[in-house]
Amino acid sequence: MSEEELVRVERDGHVAVALLNRPKQLNALSGELMGALLETLRALDEDVEVRAIVLGGNERAFAAGADIQELAAGTPISLYQNRRIDAWDAIRAVRTPLVAAVSGFCLGGGCELAMLCDLVVASETARFGQPEINLGVLPGAGGTQRLTRAVGKAVAMDMILTGRMLTAREALAVGLVARVVAREAWLTEAKRVAAEIAAKSPVSVRLAKEAVDAAFEVPLSAGVELERRAFYLARASEDATEGLTAFVEKRKPEFRGR
Amino acid sequence: MADVEVTQDGAVRTITLSRPDKMNAFTRGMHAELHAALKDARDPEVRAVVVTGAGRAFCAGQDLTEFGETGDVGAALRETYHPNVEAVRALEKPVIASVNGACAGAGLSFACSCDIRIASDAAAFVPGFAGIGLIPDAGGTYFIHRLLGAPRAFEWMTSNRRLTAAEAHAWGLVSEVVEADALAGRAAELAAFYASMPTRAIGMTKRLFDHADTATLDEQLELEAQLQTVAAQSADFREGVAAFLEKRAPKFTGR
Repeated sequence: MSEEELVRVERDGHVAVALLNRPKQLNALSGELMGALLETLRALDEDVEVRAIVLGGNERAFAAGADIQELAAGTPISLYQNRRIDAWDAIRAVRTPLVAAVSGFCLGGGCELAMLCDLVVASETARFGQPEINLGVLPGAGGTQRLTRAVGKAVAMDMILTGRMLTAREALAVGLVARVVAREAWLTEAKRVAAEIAAKSPVSVRLAKEAVDAAFEVPLSAGVELERRAFYLARASEDATEGLTAFVEKRKPEFRGR
Repeated sequence: MADVEVTQDGAVRTITLSRPDKMNAFTRGMHAELHAALKDARDPEVRAVVVTGAGRAFCAGQDLTEFGETGDVGAALRETYHPNVEAVRALEKPVIASVNGACAGAGLSFACSCDIRIASDAAAFVPGFAGIGLIPDAGGTYFIHRLLGAPRAFEWMTSNRRLTAAEAHAWGLVSEVVEADALAGRAAELAAFYASMPTRAIGMTKRLFDHADTATLDEQLELEAQLQTVAAQSADFREGVAAFLEKRAPKFTGR
């Protein structure tokens, strides 16, 4: 695999691993890097063999933020017109479960990118923050909204107004990350979580992901209704019949995504 | 003039607090040098660290002639002591405090942040803080509480009682006491032993014990599994198994 690729992709069975690869810039999310990432995710999402995606950086940084030079060179009009941040919305449309594997810095746009994933596995060394306030701006890719929904107003305000970073354990305590693992194990454990998800029925996994996401978009009664319909839909799958039968027969189910 | 001296003997790094005419009391300058020394000790060639004091004292704690200057004691702690205490805990190798003399106040806290303490029979352990109307800082309430248990730690730190080396040994605060003349030699011997051990496994054991303080059994078992996976991939594990099967002593390289 070439060192120059901005996003490196590996496959291991039904799990795909996409690693941001601008190490010298601590994976600062330039337009070019985000373009490459979105293209990678789109391709992986279209591949039915891919049942879970791990999105990571390297040991030092998941992503340390936006590309500051690009931001500094931009004007309000150019930022609005080139729709660079709007393009991030495409990640929300990815149906395949996304596991963020975070080691090192996960700041600004990096933190916003991690929050766009379905769950975060963090190294004990990880640091999470929205430090945009230190630059005279504020989070611009969903940070004020997703962080507040993830951790609540008190911690979100603390992080966004002071720029304070959270350690991995603090992030776990406030619900920003799902698991904290040994420094050496950030990628293997994220892959293990992804492999666990990939072993389930992709039909029910995707319906479940959609239903959980709806909790942040719609009123409770509508969310509960959506869940119920998703449940009936999942029941109609061959995988559900297989899963229920296997349970009764006390054997491991074999899900085929149908 | 260096306030902290650093020497190397084989894989053993010795860091000596060196303001002997001031009983090696901490100043901002000494903290900065200590921080640099602890950072350098991350070098994988260093497999054990000894911390000791020059002259008659180990460390008398904060140099009180400097403390009032900044006006903001909390900020001074955050900027000087905290990074150094955290650096000792983050060093993934054994850190041995070789307590050669008076060990007081924040000097006591610092010694207690280390992994192993041995003492000269001339050493004395003095809380200090309560004697001047302060609380134990630099991790004192954390480490001493862990080492001695809450009742004894509370009584000791609030009574400000001076402890001899023999009493410190009886309490389990230090693991051994040797004659003053023999201390440096014994510290070197002990450090050389640890430097011949499988350093990565020892460093991970240190991390695991620190983690255990706040973890549940489930969390601890999970971290053990993750780190054992790493240890089982080390050259030292291969060497350890090979040596066992060949019925010879292992030669660990720390990798």
